Parts: sequence; C-alpha cells; structure tokens
Amino acid sequence: MTGEPVDRVYVGNINVAAKRARELLLGKLKLGEVVDWATTFSLWPVHLLTSCCGAEFAATWSPRFDAEQYGALPWISPRQTNFIIIEGTVTRKMACALRITYEQMPLPKFVIAMGACALDGGLFYNSYNIVKPWEVVPVDVFIPGCPPPPEGLARAILQLRKSIREKKLASRWLMEGWRPDRDYVTPKDDVCKWWRP
Amino acid sequence: MTSGGLEAGGQIPGFIVKKIEKEVYEIFIGPQHPGSGHMRIIVRLDGDIIVEADPDIGYVHRTMEKLSEVREWLKPIPLLERMTIIDACNVTLPYVNALEKLMDKKPSTRASYLRVLLCEINRVASHLYGMGIFGVFIGHSTMYMWAFGDREVFLELAEALTGARLTHTYPIPGGVRRDMPQELPGMARRAVRYMRRRLEEYRKIFVDNPVIVKRLSGVGVISKSRAVELGIVGPNLRASGVKYDVRIAEPYEVYGELDFEIPVFEEGDALARTWVRVEEIKQSLNIIEQAVNWLETHKGEPVIAKEDFDKLPKLHKEVYEREGRVKFVPAHATMKIPAGKAVARGEMGRGEIFYYVESDGGITPYRVRVVTPSARNAIVFKHVVPGHTLMDLPAIYGSIDYFPPESDR
Amino acid sequence: MNSERIVEEVKNVLGGLAREIAWRKGYLEVLVEATNIIEAAGKLKSMGLDHVKSVTAVDYPKESKIRVTYHASSYSREDLMGFIVGLSVDLPRDNPEMPSLVSVWDGSVEFQEREVYEFFGVTFKGHPDLRPLLLIRELAEKRVLRKDFVVKEESIYEGVPFKYD
Repeated sequence: MTGEPVDRVYVGNINVAAKRARELLLGKLKLGEVVDWATTFSLWPVHLLTSCCGAEFAATWSPRFDAEQYGALPWISPRQTNFIIIEGTVTRKMACALRITYEQMPLPKFVIAMGACALDGGLFYNSYNIVKPWEVVPVDVFIPGCPPPPEGLARAILQLRKSIREKKLASRWLMEGWRPDRDYVTPKDDVCKWWRP
Repeated sequence: MTSGGLEAGGQIPGFIVKKIEKEVYEIFIGPQHPGSGHMRIIVRLDGDIIVEADPDIGYVHRTMEKLSEVREWLKPIPLLERMTIIDACNVTLPYVNALEKLMDKKPSTRASYLRVLLCEINRVASHLYGMGIFGVFIGHSTMYMWAFGDREVFLELAEALTGARLTHTYPIPGGVRRDMPQELPGMARRAVRYMRRRLEEYRKIFVDNPVIVKRLSGVGVISKSRAVELGIVGPNLRASGVKYDVRIAEPYEVYGELDFEIPVFEEGDALARTWVRVEEIKQSLNIIEQAVNWLETHKGEPVIAKEDFDKLPKLHKEVYEREGRVKFVPAHATMKIPAGKAVARGEMGRGEIFYYVESDGGITPYRVRVVTPSARNAIVFKHVVPGHTLMDLPAIYGSIDYFPPESDR
Repeated sequence: MNSERIVEEVKNVLGGLAREIAWRKGYLEVLVEATNIIEAAGKLKSMGLDHVKSVTAVDYPKESKIRVTYHASSYSREDLMGFIVGLSVDLPRDNPEMPSLVSVWDGSVEFQEREVYEFFGVTFKGHPDLRPLLLIRELAEKRVLRKDFVVKEESIYEGVPFKYD
C-alpha cells in the first residue's frame, strides 16, 4: 500500500459461497461426522488420580506404550478437558472431587473406569469407605483387571473412539443437548455432604 | 448479584463462606491438580510465602486394616500390596515375616534370595517412578520420559520372575510362589549393565543440570535433629545425615550376607534427597547382581520351607518339578496361626514399613496395623513446608516422594 | 547390645513405673498406667528412643479395654536401632482418654494419634490439633476399627446394573 485510501473491498458472491458451504458441510461431509471425527482425536484426560491404577495410567503415557499416538494426553484443568479416566477405587472423599470435576468439564465428555475396583469394588468390595464410580458419573468403557496393563487402557481409548464415531455420541450430544445412549447419571446420595459444614 | 449477601453472612449452596485473617490467603491445592496427587494440601499464604500448610489426606483410604481382619491369613497379602503397587514385594514382605515369626517358620535360603532379588528390582523401579513423577512436578518432562521408559526394563524383569507386572504376591509364609526361570540371570545382568550406563546420563540431564540444582538446592531443608524429631524415614532421613536403614539395623532375609552400602548425605535439602535415590539405585543394582550369581550357583533347594515341601502330595511335587511353581493344598487357605503378637519391619523404596500383627489363634488376623513410609513422611508437609514460597511446594512434595495410596492405606 | 541388656536398661530407666515388661515377637512390651505415661515416655526418650514408629491401638471387647502401644525406637543410638520398645497403656473401652505424647515425641506421633482418635475414639488430652485425619466425619463417629463395627460380606452382584453395551 502506498498510502492511497482504500475505497472498496472485494468479496466473493456471498450467495454462492453460502450454497457451497451448505453443500459441503451438510451434503458431503455431514457436520456431525466432522464433530465426531474431530472428537476422537482430541480426547484430553483430566489430571484426576483416584487410586493406585494411576501407576499404570502414568506408564501408559511413557515411551514404551506412548498413548499420545491415540490422540489423548493428560491435561491439567477440567475446563480444557473432556475425558476422565477413573483409576481404580473411588473413596467417599474422592467421589465428591470426581463429581465436581465431571460437572466442570464442557460437553461432550466421556469416562473410562479402570480396574476391578471401579467395576464392582474389586478386592475392596466390602469396604466401608468406597463408592462405585458408575453411581457418581456415567461410565462409557470399563476395563477389567487389577491393575489393567497399559495395553488395556490403550485398548479402552480405542474402544471409546470407536463408539463415539459409531453411536455419534459427540455430535448428538452437542446438537440435541442430551446423551443418546443413556440417561444422565446423578448420584443418589449427596456425595459432597461430608465437606459441608 | 450484589455483594451484600456474602458480607451479611449469606450462603451460596455448596460454597463455604468464612472469615480469614487479614492478608492471609487460603488456597486449596488438589485433589484435582497436576501437582497434588491423590491428596489435598490447604496452604495459607502471606504474599507468596506459605505461613501454614495442612495436608488433607485420606482420599485413597481403602480400609485395609479393617478388611485384613475379616480375611483369612493369606488373603491380606494381595490386599496390602495395593497400597504401593509400584513396590509390591517390599510392602508385603514384612507382613509375611511377621506371620513367619508367629509360626516359628524359616524360609529356605533360596526363597530368601529370591525375595531379596525381587525386593531390589522393585526398589529400582520405585525410585525411577519417584524420580519420573518428580520430573513432572518441576516441569522436567524428559526425566519423566526417561525414568518411566527405563522402569519398564525392571517391570519386565519382575514379570519374568513372578508373572505379573506390578502385583506379584510373591512372598508367602515359608517361601515364595515361583522359582526363577532359566533366562532370568541373563536378563538381569543386561538390565543392570543398561541401568548403570543410563544413571550416568541421568546425572548429566537431571541431578547435575544447573537449572535443577538452582531449583532444588537449599529447598525444604530438614536438619538432622529435626528429621529425628519428626520421625521421617527412608531416603529423606538419610539425606539429612542419619545413617539408618532397616537392612543394616535389623537385617532380615539374607541382607546380612550381602555386600552393599548405605548412601548418606548431610545437606538435607531436596537435591540431596534426589542424590540419595540415585546412589541407592546403584547399590540395588549391586545386590541384584550378587543375588543372581548366588541363585545360579546354588540350585536344587525348594523355594518353600523344607517341612512344607515334604507335606505336599505327589501331584503337587510333580507340578513343582515341571513348572517351578508352588501349588498349594486347600488347607493352606484356612490355616491357623498360634496366638501372639509380632512386629516386623522392612525397608521399602520410600523408607521403613512397620507391621504389627496380632493373632488370637483363629483363621483370620485379630489386628493388622501397618505404618507405611509415606504415612510417616506426611508430617513434612505440616512442619517443613511453611516458610517456603508456593513455587517450592511441588519441589518439596516431589523430593520426599510421597505416595498417597501408601499413606492412606 | 543383646536383648537382656536392653531389658535391664529399660528397667533401670523406668524404675517402678513399669507394671509389666515382657518380650513379644520382635519387640519389648512395657505396660504402664495411663497417669504415668508422660513421665515414662520422657524417660524412654532420654534413654535414646527418640522417635515412634507406630501408635497402635487394639480393641479387646471381651476384657472391655483398648490397649494403645507406642512402638518407639532410636535413630541416634546405633546399638538401639535394632530394637523396638512398645510403651503400652490400657484404657477403659467406654471412655478412653489419655494424655497426648506430642509434647514428648513431637511430630512422629502427631498424625498417628489423630488416626487412633478417629478409628478408636481415644481422646488425647493436650494434642494440638485433634480431628479426624483420613475419614469423613460421618464415618469417624462410628469408630470403624473397633470390633463392634462389622463389615458385611455382601454379594458382589448387589446393585450392579444388568445392561451393558
């Protein structure tokens, strides 16, 4: 520019552009599929460690197993994440933290429950201090094992990606405002009761 | 919304409104926080200086002491192992030792060597885990990647020996579950050689790294007398100049016959605690070599106590001869142990573990009390952290290698 | 130092305070009265037993007592490192109360006394900060490690949903 005033801006034909975009997004690509496809490659597990399966959780992102190749990397804050991995037992104190973290995450959000303890209590099934995580948050994939090996966790992430695309979890959740496959879980008890004065 | 509600003491559901002292700022760190693990630390700050720290632990309290009382004598072994699955043999060995004291049973020497071998493999893996997590805490991702990658070498070794990556359930009263496979000595020697070379590189990138040295030296200093008063254990104690290690103080298994040293540092700061871990890995590698050499040259002894082995039926002996694995008779699950009280202790990667086991002659323990190293190190948060800046908290946390599931039991 | 000399030394140090001294498997148990425990602990500490490994409480409902044991050992005296001395005290089960030993053994008993308080309901008088450590308030009031709190052997299928996908 040599300092001359700009008196006009060239744009394309907006009608043609809108028509093409509509054809591309809704006709060819189907926006929902794009959303689902993108979600499968941006699963961010939040940094919430519930129990000793955390040792295998950490090993899953180590160089040998390298779960980052599946598009998942642990991230710090619940506001920027969409994915919780419950590592084993959830105690009564931790149930409150788990629920609050889940509530803070933006939609769509997914949960993997790792280990026998998260399934039905495992070794601690008659303990007085544990709750079952599927009573607190809706769980998408359970992994058996005590603890499950890193391969198991990697497989669960792949399984979650598969079910997101097959069941259109992410797009329908966003467009219709609800989860297509199940009811929204709200805990029966007040999990944070112990903390209130 | 007006601010009148809060000032008038009005309450928003789910929030706590309380008065705090002037110019003191209260921060809740955790349990959902990259630098807190499975616990919460409530710190009160004056500017950037911590004036008070209150560790709020118990987020992983899984009631192991109570559950041990309702299960038969053998079943607490896999249960208690879940406290520290990264150090599984060390954490259950003193429980087994306590049972052996009550039963007046002595394991065969081969079993003792196998236990020591797995304990040292676990110790190396546990130290590498601690250093890797420490790396994450102070923003040194390379250390995490290296330590966790090299830890897999030792997990592979443990898997070859016991069949499980983490939860081995290897020692049992009177012996161990499995004999050493043929290929293990070669694997162990290769692992030791590899790890010695890697430790030199760790020194270059981590403990001698000028950034790390500046960050850690002089942080979280615990003097010798203070360390004794607080009763802290393990590498944290030895970094403060106290030469105490259960393997020397009250040798259990065959530690009395092995040749190793106890690294002691005088500084007592976070850097010294890291150095102790590095030096301990070197000593553990020496022990692994000695144990493997012994096991290779002394073959033929069963891996459970002689009197137990003679009692086994013929079929079970055949299984042992063929597969090197001990198959028990059902009576073992409901065995009774003579009444009495026993105390046993052992040295885990993180420090000393203490078991108190009481029997009333029944098929379940009457009382199992376990005090883990992390439970005794938790006091550091309350008494050492105040006076540091908030930035130093992850450095101190990582350097004492605190593992919440172990502490909460 | 052998095991007879340590018994002698403990006897000399405690004088008439010890009601009973006996070897258990792995430690020397010294039983004292609850009123004398601070004095006895102070004497043991001056002998060189400078830290406490465990504050152990055991509930005996049949004898209606709770026994609290301080398993003490030494970091500073090399000949004592291999021994553990358990300083025990018997408390009545319905109102267990004893003086806190934080004044003697400082940080090494502080958290463990809080643990015994929440699990058994033993009140430690003079403890600087006596509140539950691991448990939530609701459970701490139940005194979960006492023998009359029974954990049920429930079915593992109880409450598990039938539908999976």
